[in-house]
Amino acid sequence: MSKAANNEPVLKTEGLSIAYEPDHYAVNNVTASVRKNSITAIMGPSGCGKSTLLRAMNRMHELYPDIETKGDILLDGRSIFSMSVIELRRKVGMVFQRPNPFPNMTIYENVVAGYSLNDIRLKKSQRDDIVESALRNVTLWDEVKESLYRKGSFLSGGQQQRLCVARAIAFNPEILLLDEPTSALDPIATSKIEDLLGELKKNYTLVLVTHNMSQAARISDDSIFMYMGELVEAGPTGTLFTNPKDPRTEAYLTGKFG
Amino acid sequence: MEVLMTDNIKRRTRANNRFRYLIIAGAIITIIPIFLIVGNLAVKGYRQINFAFFTEPAPDTFQAMMASSAGEIIPGGIANGLTGSLLMVLLASLVAIPLGLFTGIYLYENSTRRYAGFIRSLTEILQGVPSIILGIIAYLWVVKNITKGYSALAGSTALAIMMLPLIIRSTEETMKMIPVTIREAAFALGTPYYKMIYKILIPVSFSGLATGVLLALSRILGETAPLMLTALGSPAISFDVTKPVSAVPLLIWDFYNDPNMVNLVWSASLFLMVFVLAMNLLSRNIASKRKYI
Repeated sequence: MSKAANNEPVLKTEGLSIAYEPDHYAVNNVTASVRKNSITAIMGPSGCGKSTLLRAMNRMHELYPDIETKGDILLDGRSIFSMSVIELRRKVGMVFQRPNPFPNMTIYENVVAGYSLNDIRLKKSQRDDIVESALRNVTLWDEVKESLYRKGSFLSGGQQQRLCVARAIAFNPEILLLDEPTSALDPIATSKIEDLLGELKKNYTLVLVTHNMSQAARISDDSIFMYMGELVEAGPTGTLFTNPKDPRTEAYLTGKFG
Repeated sequence: MEVLMTDNIKRRTRANNRFRYLIIAGAIITIIPIFLIVGNLAVKGYRQINFAFFTEPAPDTFQAMMASSAGEIIPGGIANGLTGSLLMVLLASLVAIPLGLFTGIYLYENSTRRYAGFIRSLTEILQGVPSIILGIIAYLWVVKNITKGYSALAGSTALAIMMLPLIIRSTEETMKMIPVTIREAAFALGTPYYKMIYKILIPVSFSGLATGVLLALSRILGETAPLMLTALGSPAISFDVTKPVSAVPLLIWDFYNDPNMVNLVWSASLFLMVFVLAMNLLSRNIASKRKYI
């Protein structure tokens, strides 16, 4: 368990409810907060709404017009729904469950994809700097510096996932959302990503969805436990794991369900 | 027990082998006609294929008769058909390729909407419409009302309508294979919708899209029936879209109907066949080179 961060919340959800079908809430009235430069783990059994909650934080649900969202999410005190999607997604990056580099782009192009896809023009030297520092940040630079202009498909799953993290942080977001980023990876690649997340915490605020309790215990500062769409318990990971207040949290942590 | 087992395995091996020989035989029987066709065309048609075959328009009956009675090869070629085919295929592609791609993308993006389902069924129906009927439609629309006479424009209208369902279907099917996570990755970077389509979806599925377009092209290259009612045919090389033009398959029909030019049937058919074959090979080549999904 890493040392808990002592910072102000940067991201808050207020009475957030999300329904995939009318009156069928996958996330129900969740109020939670995420502290700056910390790792917050969202845990819970399958179907508890943890990914749904995470994906609300950069308005991914807008891809699917049938999804209904109520309540608010505040980023630095401002409602994310009042921002333009581009501004929001520059501030809140995302890494997905399966590595998903753009297959038509080279490694280099993948890292700067956030800029090129948003028509943000940069000088070649700026782009080079961004690519190098993002890839160094995810400890991928030494592995790919010889093949920056090749398509990323020859990389291993773990390398591809680190490339996706690099693509997200190249945009220099405040917050990085990670949706079970290691669930498709082997244990060695997983531990590399976990080490990386510990490093990234210095510069970014991380929100991590995981169904792996030991992962949450290993790397997170705060934990949010969800069950059936509701937030059951939230707090510093140490307290939540050693001294859960809610019987459902305890039951989950001791493996009675999940 | 021991005996039974080995017996059983022997029988299974025999049955396996029988089945294997059966499918190998099926495969061989299927390719025999293809070799026979190409071989036949090559043997009978190669003599006529020379430089003039590609640069000169079709000969008139008298020239052909003189040449064949003297035992020489028939002068002239298929240049008027080549230019006519090229003109009409180009015009048809200009309309059908973008329209087909957009419609295919629309169907993929809105696959569950009722309107999309409606369009999809119409596309299927359109694909089943006999080409001669499309020729009649183009005759009514264009020949009667727009160009007031047989024209290249009418021909390309019929061809464009033929291409549309092929491109729409292949576009939708190709796009369906793109993992949804790729789209989400693009949206998570704040990519605007139109950018996602032309910077991610189209390049990622490029090989499938190109294959669909090339197959549609090779399909319409050989179309004859609708062109008889629309482009009619012309003995001269013409690039005027409001005037009748010829096409390679139309020339084959003309050659067939003139007893003096029968030799040219083989050459023109050989050319058309090889050209379509080359297009198919090209589409395969593209499909394997830029394949991401």
